[in-house]
Amino acid sequence: MTTSLDTETRIEVSPQILLGIYTTAIKIKIYDDTYVSALKTGKAAGMYYSPRGQEIIPSAFAQVLRTDDYVLTIYRGIHDQIAKGVPLRELTAEFLGRATGTCKGKGGPMHITHPDSGLMVTTGVVGSGLPIGVGIALAAQMRGTDQVTVVNFGDGASNIGAFHEALNLASVWNLPVIFVCQNNQYAEYTAYAVGTSAKHIADRAAGYSMRSFRVNGNDPAQMYHAALASVEAARAGNGPTLIEAETYRFRGHTPADPMQYMPKEELQQAIAADPVPALRQRLIDESIATEDELGALEASLKQEIDEAFEFALASPQPDPSELYTDL
Amino acid sequence: MTTQAQAAPAAQDSPERVLGMVQAINDALDVAMSMDDTVFELGEDIQDPAGGGFKVHKGLSTKFGLDRVRPTPISEQAIMGAAVGAAIAGMRPVAEIMLMNFISVAADQLINHAAKIRYMSGGQTKVPLVVRTTTGAGGGFGAQHSDMLEAPLTHTAGLKVVVPSTAADAKGLLLSSIFDDDPVVFVEMFMLYYSQKGHVPPGDYRVPLGKLRTAREGSDVSLISWGRQVHECVAVADKLSADGIDAEVIDLRSLVPLDREGLLNAVGRTKRAVVVHEAVRRSGYGAELAATIHEELFGELAGPVRRVGGADTPVPYARNLEAEFLPHAGRIEQAVRSLF
Repeated sequence: MTTSLDTETRIEVSPQILLGIYTTAIKIKIYDDTYVSALKTGKAAGMYYSPRGQEIIPSAFAQVLRTDDYVLTIYRGIHDQIAKGVPLRELTAEFLGRATGTCKGKGGPMHITHPDSGLMVTTGVVGSGLPIGVGIALAAQMRGTDQVTVVNFGDGASNIGAFHEALNLASVWNLPVIFVCQNNQYAEYTAYAVGTSAKHIADRAAGYSMRSFRVNGNDPAQMYHAALASVEAARAGNGPTLIEAETYRFRGHTPADPMQYMPKEELQQAIAADPVPALRQRLIDESIATEDELGALEASLKQEIDEAFEFALASPQPDPSELYTDL
Repeated sequence: MTTQAQAAPAAQDSPERVLGMVQAINDALDVAMSMDDTVFELGEDIQDPAGGGFKVHKGLSTKFGLDRVRPTPISEQAIMGAAVGAAIAGMRPVAEIMLMNFISVAADQLINHAAKIRYMSGGQTKVPLVVRTTTGAGGGFGAQHSDMLEAPLTHTAGLKVVVPSTAADAKGLLLSSIFDDDPVVFVEMFMLYYSQKGHVPPGDYRVPLGKLRTAREGSDVSLISWGRQVHECVAVADKLSADGIDAEVIDLRSLVPLDREGLLNAVGRTKRAVVVHEAVRRSGYGAELAATIHEELFGELAGPVRRVGGADTPVPYARNLEAEFLPHAGRIEQAVRSLF
């Protein structure tokens, strides 16, 4: 049942959708650049897992999902969190461990939660979000709402046992859940083929009688249509989907990762095909936006992000009494 | 097939009704699901006609439907994870992990997620989840189906741990657990399924978590226990009374939250304490209780707190070895006498 959208002819997407995808993607890119620079200057410290290169995937979903739909992500999740609409000030404050953070500074970068935006779980354990996503989708199904749950994870997580249990159960119960494998080709420091027997992650869906799409996750149109088709199916009660969105991670697993396991040429090629500037060029080429309009958009986003950092840096650490609350 | 008439508690609702522990738990589940549409069960084999390996769910799927008494594949990670997800999305799931040893299969979801999500989210997402499970030595099930694993759960911040010893408490504690906003591991000892029968109040009967029960009054020594061993302790106490030792038996009922005040008041009166549990003695919850009592009452004690636990071995199969593994009456009695 795998549909490979990358073999099809170019799919139509409206100018408004393309501009919307770019607006989210460039926000993520600027945020990431700002964070990495803050790490270098010592303004920020702690764990950071850059999603640079993977921006299009959640940005396309953002065009399809509602605020009351649910998203789960992993430690490399800042792109998913921004795309779902977690407010930047509280998000940044949480990354910096401040009292004003989404989780009062008690969760941190690997545990961002903001139910008001539908961002339900960020897990630091590879693959653990999948069974939880099954439960969230079950709750929506039992309550009779048409809310959809999107579970994001990487290619590495597809080799965890929880992947199997979750996909099987989601299919048995026909749940409104979409499993989005952001296949960035590397499970931490290990290349895809070293640890994965399947040629494609999407092929595994057949074992669960589940609908699947394998798409170029860096192609806005392909990604949008996979998102749209899977969300419409879930909302209509037509069950779960596995999407394999092929992409590439431009930065290391962590800032300390020297990336020796990535062939230099491969990385250079991927960066040369950076999907965010490519989409920007397309918007200009197709007269969807002018250089001036995009410049103004980017300047405004940069200002919003800088203000979020200033807000976070000016915020206090949690009161010591917080150690013993929320238990 | 089980009929609805068999499943409904109506016929049993006389105040004098006497139920076994299995029926009492069934009654609690029935009451909770009748009261609140967000309560539902998920687990292996829980649907009728079997209603679970120990018949705990008998009649419930017939009465409430397979949507709310939801059979799962043998997938402990998915059961626990789905329960966590449903809980943070507004439901009150009651997940059954068929045997306590299988909690180890689902440990990531329980320890890394259920226990921590409320704290990590700064209180934004609560996890009103009950994990029911059963276990215990004495059934001849061998090493992988018998362990009492409450100690590592009490060592996991964010989990509540409850072990009922009577039919009425099983109902009352389970209802309190289901309507608690935090994850509770509810440990049933299957030897009690068959031995325990008693008056069980009808309807929404609740026993608060964190309140111990005095199972037997006494003034000379406090035997502190939970689950099956409470009854062993009462039997030993009855025997010792013939020798002039007046032993009190404390049933903790919930290990987390612990009725610390009630515990220290009791031992403060008797000046002697013996902690008895079925789990292996080494690093058992008894060590935590002994340390707590020593820290708070050291100068007042007539002797050191004694601990009686399961042998520091896996649970053996052969009947004689399994009997010796257990903290049986002989060992409890010896520990008590050593304090006089």
